[in-house]
Amino acid sequence: MAYKTIVEDGIDILVVGAGLGGTGAAWEARFWGQDKKIVIAEKANIDRSGAVAQGLYAINCYMGTRWGENNPEDHVRYARIDLMGLVREDLLFDMARHVDSTVHQFEEWGLPIMRNPKTGTYLREGRWQIMIHGESYKPIVAEAAKKSADKVFNRICVTHLLMDDSKENRVAGAVGFNVRTGNYHVFKSKTVICGAGGASNIFKPRSVGEGSGRTWYAPWSSASAYGLMIEAGAKMTQMENRIVLARFKDGYGPVGAYFLHLKTYTQNGLGEEYESKWFPELQKMVGKEYLDPEASHLTHRPIPTCLRNHALISEVNAGRGPIHMVTMHAFQDPHLEEVGWENFLGMTVGQAVLWAATDVDPKYENPELTTSEPYVMGSHATCSGAWCSGPEDISPPEYFWGYNRMTTIEGLFGAGDAVGGTPHAFSSGSFTEGRLAAKAACKYIDDGKAEGIVVSDEQISRRRKEIYTPLEHYKIYRNEIVAGDVNPHYINPKQGLDRLQKLMDEYCGGVTVSYMTNEKLLHIGLKKLKILEEDLQSIAAKDIHELLRAWELKHRHRAAECVTQHTLFRKETRWPGYYYRGDAMKVDDENWHVLTVSRRDPNTGEYTMEKAPCYHLVGEDE
Amino acid sequence: MPTFVYMTRCDGCGHCVDICPSDIMHIDKTYRRAYNIEPNMCWECYSCVKACPQHAIDVRGYADFAPLGHSVRVDRDEEKGTIAWRIKFRNGTEKDFLSPITTKPWGQAIPQLAEVPGPSQEMRDSQLLYNEPKYIRMDDGGLHTLETNGLKMKKGVYY
Repeated sequence: MAYKTIVEDGIDILVVGAGLGGTGAAWEARFWGQDKKIVIAEKANIDRSGAVAQGLYAINCYMGTRWGENNPEDHVRYARIDLMGLVREDLLFDMARHVDSTVHQFEEWGLPIMRNPKTGTYLREGRWQIMIHGESYKPIVAEAAKKSADKVFNRICVTHLLMDDSKENRVAGAVGFNVRTGNYHVFKSKTVICGAGGASNIFKPRSVGEGSGRTWYAPWSSASAYGLMIEAGAKMTQMENRIVLARFKDGYGPVGAYFLHLKTYTQNGLGEEYESKWFPELQKMVGKEYLDPEASHLTHRPIPTCLRNHALISEVNAGRGPIHMVTMHAFQDPHLEEVGWENFLGMTVGQAVLWAATDVDPKYENPELTTSEPYVMGSHATCSGAWCSGPEDISPPEYFWGYNRMTTIEGLFGAGDAVGGTPHAFSSGSFTEGRLAAKAACKYIDDGKAEGIVVSDEQISRRRKEIYTPLEHYKIYRNEIVAGDVNPHYINPKQGLDRLQKLMDEYCGGVTVSYMTNEKLLHIGLKKLKILEEDLQSIAAKDIHELLRAWELKHRHRAAECVTQHTLFRKETRWPGYYYRGDAMKVDDENWHVLTVSRRDPNTGEYTMEKAPCYHLVGEDE
Repeated sequence: MPTFVYMTRCDGCGHCVDICPSDIMHIDKTYRRAYNIEPNMCWECYSCVKACPQHAIDVRGYADFAPLGHSVRVDRDEEKGTIAWRIKFRNGTEKDFLSPITTKPWGQAIPQLAEVPGPSQEMRDSQLLYNEPKYIRMDDGGLHTLETNGLKMKKGVYY
């Protein structure tokens, strides 16, 4: 192969993936490490990459302490109840106490944040959300990251983390290839901040044709955050805690602004309110501690999102679908109508395209809602990610090993989707986590923890060989057949992805089985995942673009396996509406009020599962 | 679907190839113009549509569920700091929207952190991030210190 090897050496902080987490890390790192070499490796183009590529209409995590709106502790309570009690409260609190400074900076950089004309405060969508004109949110934060970084490598698909050959369990950089030139890139670095993406497309999507690209989370979020870290042997937490979204049907347009700002509401196909009808039965499943409609009426305590999903799913399964969002009242107000449309144009243009195509005008017709396929990601409103150390001032011993947001691999930090146990971070929280990780990474270097790292030539050449294998396979076996993609020696990335999605859907609780699984199904799923892994050794890529898809699939597969292991381990149904264990249909606080932690041994591929304590640091009462 | 490219408008400049987050806008070697190589991995994020200087790229909704005869066009103007949308329904109805995209000249309001005074040892030893505590509470009231209101372990820790 004529691809060059390009080595970038002497890096202090390598940021892998420049979404909101990575840009936050790169930007802040410059302040704490003015003498340090900061390099970004990004799969696409930093100006439009990650989950916020097309924009965002709201910042969903903003305390507003300057206006006396919320304290960080309030946010911990909210996220904790929404996730049925199981969160990393130290990490959550830490993010919440810093997030406002992030948002205030965004405004200073030019992000248009809407103001309440009466009070002068930011215009609230809900208790935690503020409304923005965020079409250029990503280009603005990318600008900040570019100002801080020494170098930005766009179009680098990072495939593996490099490990230190002189000291076990210490990171030494990363490798990948350029999706334009095909060149092999080696980044030797003292620390790595993983800001890569969570997972869309590991479960079969509702649309499987052309529309399979219209996922709720970006299709380029290829589970690389998890693929990279699991492969390196990092401990992961709460990977079973996948998320299912109730969204406008087919386009997956967001509903937050509709519920909160436009005050729209849902009803079943008969025009009835249905949610509350399911609560008594649901309360028997989860207990009063997690579902207390009366208390929710009296206070601001939210009904957990998964339980509202459960009501929607149950109502549809009872034959009283479709579920509609009642928009006809709100849209009579021209201002609210404008908000409703701009909400989509700012972050889910595909939904506007769909309504235009189907002549749905919410002013005259109530649009349909549905629940999405499951996603695995740690930044939006769920917990999946790496098991990370918390800050030194508040974390209990089991949650603390020296450096904030450092994984169980020395020198490897996380931000955004990569960090487990911190739901409701969203864009601003992810950026904030990146900032926290950057400060900690600089401290790690300054403390002399990154001395004497050795990366052997053997490791570098082994990874190089591995990366290009799919191209070799194609070259060797392609001409055995006349034409087409049916080959006895290999599968292509699309075929592999279809297989992964089908088995995850059927065995791990996807949309076609109404999110239901059990121990038996999960064991079969693991077996099939193992065989798929063998076949992925024979994956073929006809060009560099397919090579990118092949590696995305490998990352997705690794994340899917971890999700299945975790789902098998937690023998209860903690989040009805996200998934169900048919053989353990209740919340079991006695045995499972814990965080699940896994580690895959990089040498043997075996998983070790353990329970970690779920400490509550914040009291009940506001 | 995803995006498609009008043959007569595209001049093969490659702006869309450069920006696409999904790596699916490529140049066709025969026509030397751009096209979408993988519609089922297109998020309809409009990054390429906005970036095209010729307005050569448009979107036709996903064939699985979007009937023909609609259009959602966009004009993003960095100079003015605005974005304009025109939605055309299948039945001919049109709706126009205009939003700001930035309030400052591009990039000029972002500080060079290499040039600001570096952090003191005291800052390094604290929980503060850059520009804190000032930027947490930008009012003239009491500064937020980042200290907790007495976080402590409460009962109910399970193994």
